[in-house]
Amino acid sequence: MYELAIDTSNRPLSVAVVDETTVLASFETNQKLTHSETLMPAVDQVLKASGLSINDIDRFAVAMGPGSYTGIRIGVTTAKTLAWTLGKPLVGLSSLRVLASNVTPSPKLLVPLMDARRDNVFAGIYQWALGQDWQLLNVLQDQHLALTQLLAEIKALGQPAIFMGAVAPFRQQIFAALGQQAEFATPFNDLPHAANLAMLAWQAEPVADIHSFTPNYLRKTEAEVNWLKDHEGEGHGPYVQEV
Amino acid sequence: MSSTRELILAIESSCDETSVAVVLDGHIILSNIIATQINSHKRFGGVVPEIASRHHVEAITICAQEALEQAHVDYSDLTAVAVTYGPGLVGALLIGISAAKAIAYAHQLPLIPVNHMAGHMYAAAFVTELHYPLLALLVSGGHTELVYMKAAGEFEIVGDTRDDAVGEAYDKVGRVLGVPYPAGKTIDEMAHQGQDTFNFPRAMLQEHNLDFSFSGLKSAFINTVHHADQKQETLNANDLAASFQASCTDILVGKTLEALAKFPVQQLIVAGGVAANLGLREQLKAALTANQLDIELIFPPLRLCGDNGAMIGAAAHVMLARKEPFAGLDLNADPSLSFDYGETVQV
Ligand SMILES: [Zn+2]
Repeated sequence: MYELAIDTSNRPLSVAVVDETTVLASFETNQKLTHSETLMPAVDQVLKASGLSINDIDRFAVAMGPGSYTGIRIGVTTAKTLAWTLGKPLVGLSSLRVLASNVTPSPKLLVPLMDARRDNVFAGIYQWALGQDWQLLNVLQDQHLALTQLLAEIKALGQPAIFMGAVAPFRQQIFAALGQQAEFATPFNDLPHAANLAMLAWQAEPVADIHSFTPNYLRKTEAEVNWLKDHEGEGHGPYVQEV
Repeated sequence: MSSTRELILAIESSCDETSVAVVLDGHIILSNIIATQINSHKRFGGVVPEIASRHHVEAITICAQEALEQAHVDYSDLTAVAVTYGPGLVGALLIGISAAKAIAYAHQLPLIPVNHMAGHMYAAAFVTELHYPLLALLVSGGHTELVYMKAAGEFEIVGDTRDDAVGEAYDKVGRVLGVPYPAGKTIDEMAHQGQDTFNFPRAMLQEHNLDFSFSGLKSAFINTVHHADQKQETLNANDLAASFQASCTDILVGKTLEALAKFPVQQLIVAGGVAANLGLREQLKAALTANQLDIELIFPPLRLCGDNGAMIGAAAHVMLARKEPFAGLDLNADPSLSFDYGETVQV
């Protein structure tokens, strides 16, 4: 059984091919490149490096957000179309969970975060349940929130927390709020690794309906937010109609 | 199925329609699935790019599956996959491109990158056989261009708008009239019930070039309505629509006649969303007759005037015949993709 995993949630791009126990090949870049230009060549490259063709892939996995809207759409559209057109199962996982899974083994709180601008972040809190089978539990649901609010939640939990992802611009603020309670991941663990995503995805349930699979943006567009202010409970879809 | 048939799976997602089609031999539509987002963008009075991109992800594989099913075509029957890569909204284009690349790669099919505007012109290939050289008037929400085609697949812009596209002017005027988005069809209907009583300006008709301008007309319209509002007068909305439309069509028809005088052709294609406008259709026909021009006027059927996958398939057929290079796996969107400007008519 082979699985192809894709993460294009933010600036880094990561693609990997794995079997149930082994990483066969992976490609990663953290350069400012456009994912639409880079993703399919990367897929082709990891397949070739694995000695496989796309038809050998048994399952597709993708990081489904949150993240850069355009970035997650490219990964999600590519993965969902590949899975649909080849008739193979598709697994979608939180992009924050993928980041959290970088740090192991650890009983500490894992806090993956992404910059959502204006002092807001996309973040969640995860923690390994270190039993026979490791399970990455979700302590605080992925959400779009003010950094100050996230830090208050962590403070209230009172456990050591490791931050990872787009942490750099927030380091001082995190340290000021949490002091010794806060730790920071290594630069390598600040990046998403599709190989980790692929391993998590083996344990996850594939999506029931590939057609209706869409990114988890965690935030409405500004236009919709404004429209809803004056039109609460109105104007329901379907917004997309065949003609 | 016979392998001599050329079957192109064509994908279009440049604005607010997700569409996938299967086109046989460049001029027969086996399927042309169109999912429109109008119902969503109506809420905002225009297309919101981020929302358009989100809707495309919802619709893309459904449209592709229906297109294949309706055409009774399997991947092994396909000759190529074609996709619009510009011009258009970048985020929207990227959905079609990502899906097209995935399908082409999964089934080892060549990928044909198509210019959206070439697609609009080749919608005419479903109506009749095209004879070159020909001239096309491209009119849509984003474009107002006169395009000269010396041969199949060769495009040269000989006239362009200096400001707004004509479809854009319709939508802006529609907002002032309180007409729901997209305004073109309603204004066209209102215009047929009214009279041209306001005499709005016909920009640049005096100038001997092939360029258009609609911003003066738009301002004149808005000023007229605002002045009346200030004086608490109510103007006849149908007359306003008729006057606006008369001015638009006069400009479009006038410049097209001028282009026909410079470029002798046998066929004139009118393409793009605004080609659905009945006022424009009637006036162009009348103008050709009045000027005793023996030119075949080609309007694609209404369904093929708006954005759709079939027209992209028709354009891809021409590119395939011309042996134009296929796209690589690194194909990117080009939101401002354009035809070249003709040197002969540069002012
Ligand atoms: Zn168009």
